[in-house]
Amino acid sequence: MASDPRPASAKTRHSEPAPDPGTEETRPGGHGAGDAEVVPTASSALVPLPKEDPDSPRPDERRGDVDEWGRSEHMREIIRRIYDPIYSKWFRADWHGLEKIPTDGGALLVANHAGAIPADAPVIMHGIEKELERPVYGLADNFFKSVPVVGTLWSRLGGLPAHPDNAYRLLKHQNQLVLVFPEGTKGTAKTFGERYQLRRFGRGGFVEIAMRAGVPVVPIAVVGSEEAMPTIAQLPSVAKAFGVPYLPVTANMLALGPLGVAGYFPAKFTLKVLDPVHFDVPPDQKRYSRSKVMDESEAIRENIQTALYEMLRNRESVWFG
Amino acid sequence: MDPRPADSTADSPGRPRRVLVTGLGTFWGGRVAQALEADPEVEVIVGLDTTEPTVELERTEYVRVDANYSILSRIVKATQVDTVIHTFLVVDPTLMSKRAMHEVNVIGTMNLFAAASSADSTVRNVMVKSSTVVYGCAPEDPVWFTEDTPRSRPARRPVERSVEAVEGYVRDFATDNPHVNVSLLRFSNVIGDEIQTPLTRALRLPAVPSLFGFDPRFQFVHEDDVVRAMIFALANRLPGVYNVAGDGLLPWSEVAAICGKRTAPLPPIGTGLFTTPLRFAGIDLPEEYLNLLRYGRGVDNQRLKDAGFEYAFTSAQAVRAFVEHSRLHDILGDAESYRYERDVEQFFRHSPAVVDNRPRD
Repeated sequence: MASDPRPASAKTRHSEPAPDPGTEETRPGGHGAGDAEVVPTASSALVPLPKEDPDSPRPDERRGDVDEWGRSEHMREIIRRIYDPIYSKWFRADWHGLEKIPTDGGALLVANHAGAIPADAPVIMHGIEKELERPVYGLADNFFKSVPVVGTLWSRLGGLPAHPDNAYRLLKHQNQLVLVFPEGTKGTAKTFGERYQLRRFGRGGFVEIAMRAGVPVVPIAVVGSEEAMPTIAQLPSVAKAFGVPYLPVTANMLALGPLGVAGYFPAKFTLKVLDPVHFDVPPDQKRYSRSKVMDESEAIRENIQTALYEMLRNRESVWFG
Repeated sequence: MDPRPADSTADSPGRPRRVLVTGLGTFWGGRVAQALEADPEVEVIVGLDTTEPTVELERTEYVRVDANYSILSRIVKATQVDTVIHTFLVVDPTLMSKRAMHEVNVIGTMNLFAAASSADSTVRNVMVKSSTVVYGCAPEDPVWFTEDTPRSRPARRPVERSVEAVEGYVRDFATDNPHVNVSLLRFSNVIGDEIQTPLTRALRLPAVPSLFGFDPRFQFVHEDDVVRAMIFALANRLPGVYNVAGDGLLPWSEVAAICGKRTAPLPPIGTGLFTTPLRFAGIDLPEEYLNLLRYGRGVDNQRLKDAGFEYAFTSAQAVRAFVEHSRLHDILGDAESYRYERDVEQFFRHSPAVVDNRPRD
């Protein structure tokens, strides 16, 4: 009774048992459907296990390709087609050292964050998906999750709340690329006068996650995002009234009016991938030395800052690179 | 008295033989009692509830009690049970008032554990049905909750607070009674043929309510897996807390699609203005569920799998099984449903005239 098998018709209902990699449990130590031996006999005496027919497994009932994180490859594909002209014609994104991003295995991508509505996240995600054909998951403030439409779209395109458990699972169990901006909203809230001066890298949480997951951190220095949507002033009291993290007045709004809310200036994007940082600590420790975490975090910040200064020294024009 | 210590080296140590089931009138208690009846090693099954059983039972003894189990210690003493299965925990706020729910959940559990932890108690196994509502539902939640993940925001809703209080009593009981094996199972959104929850009712509507601009991911567990998980935890004397939920998360829009329905989006701001009139039309979406429609919730089921449990249904397959049954149910109605007749049941259990009351094949 309790193990009531499906009606016989269930076996023939769907001819396409589309395996969805996003919903598969890929953790080590998990038990697949075939591990009948591990089940203690006492339980089978009480309730028999479901009798799976090995020739025709029960069909997967999924209708869409939205994975457990909310990302949909189908949606990404559509957006990639729409966004590609912006990426290659408007921002003319130029990568250096793309080969330093691992082509398999998990890695935590870390970049500087700028612009009132930051253009850097889509450029990095699009660039890597286009060049390396690997999905990138972007961690962001969970504020997005509570915004209707935008939050859903953001999620379908590979964004998810920056919770350490999310990052760990993606990096460790699913070997994915995860992008994070350790400056968070501190980076995007800074005004044009403070451009390309990195803020504090949080509390080094990104280093701790990479250590725990046993993956490298790959720093990326991005030039162009500051000029694509420069912030002239902040309106903290208005932001507070609306319940948003910050509310900027941008040069785009002054120049383009209402269009400027979402319209970027055509700043030339240059992205430089720095050498991956491997940590020589064992993974999955309960705690890591705070001083070690902060030292590594600060070293990565310095690295990106130095690279930014060098890129800015060599930049002849904001618009043409 | 028949002392059966939990660490006995007999052939099946600590296996349930004399079982007390609370919430026999609910889907949970009824189905567990049915499953236990099939096991010849289980000698006695006593079921408590405020309402009559809704499933057909062969040898389970039904005792009507009041909501907070005030006569419980007498029952535990008189029946000398070795196992307590506590399924009477209300997590659907539409079923009763806040106060009634507090009586059932908090006071009922308190009395149950007071009775089970008396000095001469024979109880050696306790299994408690809890719910993943204890994790709450907030934008800052992780996509997957493990059994050890704390909730993101303090519990505010009455259901969440009462389930939290219940789990507190369970923890205290486990600490105070190290010789008793305590399993606490947290069930995700249960779906299937019989169970009625605000979610299953929503999925039976002509159009499925949703929140405009939100399409969070849901997780389901099928009724059969629920019963199997309870029996599995009992038979293997699993200690500690386990999430019970099917594999995979699916967007609410996809859940509706599997049910062959469209979604009817409610405005995400001022939702209460729209749900209040709906309540009078018989569509009750309490705030916990509106939150779920906004943020969703996923729980990691790996710990129970690592203990050897195998799920028969993924989240998507559970929804599919549900919709197949509800289509058939729409045509057949409640014609087949069971009604408890006290005299008949007493006759079969206690009359000397009955030689064998088992139905023949």
